[in-house]
Amino acid sequence: METLVAFTVGVMAAGSVYLLLSHNLVRVLFGLILLSNAANFVIFAAGGMSEGLPPLIGRGDYVLEAPYSNPLPQALILTAIVISFGLLAFALVLVYRGYQELGTVDSDRMRLAEPPHPDQDIPEPEEPDRMHVRDASRRVENVGGPES
Amino acid sequence: MSSWYLVAPIAVPMTTAVLCILLSTRRDLQRIVSATGAGMHLVAGLLLMAQVWQGGILAAQMGQWPAPFGITLVADHLSAVMVLITGIMGFGVGLYSLRDVDDNRERNGFHPLYHVLLTGVTGSFITGDLFNLYVWFEVMLIASFALLALGSEKVQLDGAIKYAAINLVSTVMFLIAVAVLYGMTGTLNMADLAVRVPQVEQRGMMTTVAVMFMIAFGIKSAVFPLFFWLPASYHTPAVAVSAIFAGLLTKVGVYALVRTFTLIFTDDVGYTHDALLVVAGLTMLTGVLGAAAQNEIRRILSFHIISQIGYMIMGLALYTPLGLIGAVFYLVHHIIVKTNLFLVAGVAKRLTGSMDLKKIGGLYKSSPLLAVLFLIPALSLAGIPPLSGFWAKFVLIRASLEIESWAIAAVAILVGLLTMFSMTKIWGEAFWKPHPDGDDRSLSIGDLTVGERVLLVGPIVVFAALTVAIGLWTQPFLDLATRASGELLNPAGYIDAVLGARP
Repeated sequence: METLVAFTVGVMAAGSVYLLLSHNLVRVLFGLILLSNAANFVIFAAGGMSEGLPPLIGRGDYVLEAPYSNPLPQALILTAIVISFGLLAFALVLVYRGYQELGTVDSDRMRLAEPPHPDQDIPEPEEPDRMHVRDASRRVENVGGPES
Repeated sequence: MSSWYLVAPIAVPMTTAVLCILLSTRRDLQRIVSATGAGMHLVAGLLLMAQVWQGGILAAQMGQWPAPFGITLVADHLSAVMVLITGIMGFGVGLYSLRDVDDNRERNGFHPLYHVLLTGVTGSFITGDLFNLYVWFEVMLIASFALLALGSEKVQLDGAIKYAAINLVSTVMFLIAVAVLYGMTGTLNMADLAVRVPQVEQRGMMTTVAVMFMIAFGIKSAVFPLFFWLPASYHTPAVAVSAIFAGLLTKVGVYALVRTFTLIFTDDVGYTHDALLVVAGLTMLTGVLGAAAQNEIRRILSFHIISQIGYMIMGLALYTPLGLIGAVFYLVHHIIVKTNLFLVAGVAKRLTGSMDLKKIGGLYKSSPLLAVLFLIPALSLAGIPPLSGFWAKFVLIRASLEIESWAIAAVAILVGLLTMFSMTKIWGEAFWKPHPDGDDRSLSIGDLTVGERVLLVGPIVVFAALTVAIGLWTQPFLDLATRASGELLNPAGYIDAVLGARP
């Protein structure tokens, strides 16, 4: 069981790294979602796994009787799920607002906070259609370089 | 009773945040509650500091669950002084924000978010539980995301997206590290971890976990080579927001590094702390060189945050009593000075209309008071005696000479000089040269309204006075840092306080 989970985590982490390295922010978001779920699996596996042993206190007992599965990792995962849900929901809205204002989801073309050097050329996106770079370069220029 | 000293610094900003949300339709009342809450947070910090100063390490078990099963709140001298300084900065910047933050941002919830941020920061300093630390980090993070994007200017959204992406990766890293550590030791209580980690047999795996923590906290504290999110975002939000970020957020990362690498991961010092020393040197250098290339005040200052973080990590990495004294002293000094410089930059923008050094000037002629108020933190940052920064650097460099780490001492001195270069650049461009649009373009402080003078310039004067006071009456602060360093190097007291504390 642990082996299976370990491989699953490995595959999820590899996939998320691949997605995180993209300059399409939607993919970066997917990468983050995948990564935070991989982390939940890690907690689950690290806390020790057992099959068919509920972490429940029996009728009439006051403490857990062995054998039982460790309830703490489940509590930790629940907390982590709630937190990452909130953060990722915010990140999604943030990227969407960024898309509305800047007209692009290509992180390479978001150069307002750190305007590019005059002789630095930003490469054209490889798949402009898929990134919806609607006249983004023009928009970015309009706001980004008042002095240039 | 003693547990109230620990709960109050967290409960006060949390309550204030809730009250601010409830009062979101009564904006005048909300401002009063927000300022009062920040003041009470400062009082709570003072009480905690006094208590720890007299009685030593304080610990309390939440919900009466005995350690290591429940969540413990602990305050040693380091935690207490960090909470106190958070209170001072929170109050000062809170007052500043009343005049600095515009209507739109206030309507969209600046005040509640500000206090949630303070809650998260304070909670991180007081908690004695690793998973709880993760939760406080997230509280702080979500508030900082929202504060950074608040106002929705294009440049802010750009900065916020990059800030959010990298910080989310860092928290997941932190979570995975916590999970693996829990799997190996079966506990999350930091004092209990300090007892159990040395008993774990897989030493190599433990070092791996230590490095994962190092990376997770390293991203938070913006060390080389993980700092790129900071200069991309810190110059974009409202001045009050970037001032409180500059003062507190990265320092929470440094605090977490200091805590974990003195309490939990102290067994493979030859590997982890040597790695930290290299990181510290490179952080100092890249930060200060990055600053030299910038032309906007807040961007210059952002890069200087990075180089200053290097000094604190250096103190931790030396891992000697004097090194840790230096690190603690530097933390306190830096928070005051850096926040103050951002506040000065905000006033300079108000008086001249921009923060771009090419577009402003003439401030020395029009408002000499502001020039003095800039000079004090700027010289302190560069380490000119008798200001606080001199003593902080002096202690650190002496600590490195004591154990014959010549290279890091040389880097520390060189970076001090280069810091001076950046500060003279701001001085020369913003204060000495005439304003490019004509002499009368720069206003003086006298042109501000009375409210603006009190709320914008008041905190700057107080922070500058604090810097001078730490410089002239160094001994009490050094005593405090010495006590903190003693506790960090002998965790037995901390462990006893937590595991021996009755609920």
